[in-house]
Amino acid sequence: MTEDNDPRSQAPASLPLGLARRGFAGTIQHLSAGQAGSALSDIELESRLIELGFVEGAKVEILHEGIVGRDPIAVRVDNITVAVRRREAMAIIVA
Amino acid sequence: MEAPLLHLALVGTPNSGKTSLFNALTGSRQKVANYPGVTVERKEGFFVTPLGRQVSLVDLPGTYSLRGRSPDEEITRDFVLGKASGEIKPDLVLCVADSTNLRLTIRLLLELKRTGRPLVLVLNMFDIATRRGITVDVERLAQELGVPVVTSIAVRKGGTAALLKHTDEISAQVQPQPQENTWRALTVSELRTTQREADRIIAASVSLPSRPDTWTARIDAVVLHPVGGLLVLALILFVMFQAVFAWAKPLMELLSGGFDGLGQLVHATLPAGLLQSFLQNGVISGVGSVIVFLPQIIIIFLFILLLEDFGYMARAAFLMDRIMGGAGLHGRAFIPLLSSFACAIPGIMATRVIDDRRDRLTTILIAPLMTCSARIPVYTLIISAFIPDTEVWGFIHLQGLVMFGLYAAGIVSALCVSFVIKFFMLRDYAPAPFMLELPDYKMPRLKSIAIGIFTRAKMFLQRAGTTIFSMMVLIWFLASFPQPPAGSTEPAIDFSLAAMIGKALEPLLAPVGFNWQIAVALIPGMAAREVAVAALGTVYAIEGGKEAAEQIGQVLATKWSLATALSLLAWYIFAPQCASTLAVIKRETGSWAWMATTFVYMLTLAYLASLATYTIAVALGAG
Repeated sequence: MTEDNDPRSQAPASLPLGLARRGFAGTIQHLSAGQAGSALSDIELESRLIELGFVEGAKVEILHEGIVGRDPIAVRVDNITVAVRRREAMAIIVA
Repeated sequence: MEAPLLHLALVGTPNSGKTSLFNALTGSRQKVANYPGVTVERKEGFFVTPLGRQVSLVDLPGTYSLRGRSPDEEITRDFVLGKASGEIKPDLVLCVADSTNLRLTIRLLLELKRTGRPLVLVLNMFDIATRRGITVDVERLAQELGVPVVTSIAVRKGGTAALLKHTDEISAQVQPQPQENTWRALTVSELRTTQREADRIIAASVSLPSRPDTWTARIDAVVLHPVGGLLVLALILFVMFQAVFAWAKPLMELLSGGFDGLGQLVHATLPAGLLQSFLQNGVISGVGSVIVFLPQIIIIFLFILLLEDFGYMARAAFLMDRIMGGAGLHGRAFIPLLSSFACAIPGIMATRVIDDRRDRLTTILIAPLMTCSARIPVYTLIISAFIPDTEVWGFIHLQGLVMFGLYAAGIVSALCVSFVIKFFMLRDYAPAPFMLELPDYKMPRLKSIAIGIFTRAKMFLQRAGTTIFSMMVLIWFLASFPQPPAGSTEPAIDFSLAAMIGKALEPLLAPVGFNWQIAVALIPGMAAREVAVAALGTVYAIEGGKEAAEQIGQVLATKWSLATALSLLAWYIFAPQCASTLAVIKRETGSWAWMATTFVYMLTLAYLASLATYTIAVALGAG
């Protein structure tokens, strides 16, 4: 996982966006709502993520992190910026 | 025969510039109300097309889909489908898109198409897109979507001409052809397919330069920096507070002077008697004591609307989310709670930025615990009368320390109440995750902001004219009837219903150390907290109101024990001593039950806090 956190390495190994650090850039592989400990149901969480543009193949980059526990994160998704908590970002599998 | 009113509805994702388009089309001809039974604000405006057709335009709550995951989004869905109670199916739905960011709106539009309503896609902020090098093949887009597409620049004069022209074309048709509604909630895989289709259409008709807005990136580098961002936020708040207290002060003094003058005029012109007392003490001073807050409300909304238009509010929520999250509050609750330090009324009105109902209710319920400016006169009076003007540990001013303690007590108890609500009362609501678009920064447009402030100010004045006015009349009535017998030398209030209530309440309030005079003062204090100061003056038969505060203080110092004074301070931290706030809670939640809940919980806390304070103070020998 440590290598994945390095923004320069384009490691093929996938990881949840919720574990990535600031500067990480990658592509969404798939969504896996069951992996996130969100209060929302899996279907609801997945729908909301898609509605904000988190779909397979979208390019993501972590632009900013909050001060407490590096949470929430500001993510560039293609051409918009979205703020999410790391808990929900665990559902977004990126590489 | 005149053509019937044409009904239009505005639908769009949050940040699509929907509201500025609404303001551009309707100007100040707007009506703001609530949808029946829900907290959702219903904004309707009117305009006339170039060909003279009368149009009603409803600005529906922003949404990313028609699934209806919140009361706001349900309204949007039901309205478009013609299922909203008491609403007419719109003749034409305007789907508004931010031209620089089409992905999410095109997906929404594909979903809207299934409802069968006549649709137009409005590419708003087209100028910004052009400036960024984004080119849209409007004809191709219309062809791919099978929906007419018009461009608009809401913030520019004449920027809505194409839209108005199209509206005329639609209204020229005898019957715009609505198709059959085949919409149903999309499954996750359908949602994905729709998004793919949207992306395909965009790829075919829009060329993106794929360079992000450099200004937004540059500003965010500072504003969203974990440490720098919080410093910027603190600075903005500092300026906002300064403005609310310092800039508003001369205006507030002018207003209150004006109302005093008006009262004096009535006093001088009318013969002494019931009518004079009703106009001077009931109507003018009552409504006046509320209207005095208008400058503060305007300044707070000026800041809120400026920051919202600029795109900063979403950033403030981002910065504060985890910090507030510990107490079960949403990041977006930050600004409303902050505004409540000036006055809970604009604070509660500002909770509209919170889209989740549960989070919004929690914020509304705790907003009155923030120390509003109306408590300051009461705190100042009691502190200066009872707390010695000395320093502790050589450098801390004791009176200032007590004042700070009262503010801190308000904040801490608000956080505790929120924590309790989160765990016990609203458990059945799934807590809203923090998922929020951070829009590109935009230059705020003065016209749009002016309309926003005007609408809020009008709402506030309407309320002052109706709900608050009737409360004032009631309180004046209680304090004035029955009339004292002829020739009595005691203050008139001694004979009134208010005094009877005060004396009846006395046994109840005795455990917390309040005498009947305090109980009586608390009743007119319901109108506005600081009125209690003047009321204590009346009750203790001292001439003059707020001006004579120092004198009242001296009298109080001889009549009350320290324990009673401390108990009253504790009472004021919590007590629901403000009819206007309660009226606003009723209005904003659309429910008497939530108003009653607020009243009861605050009253309970007030009683317990005073009881504890009084008992401990007496035990320590301050009785």
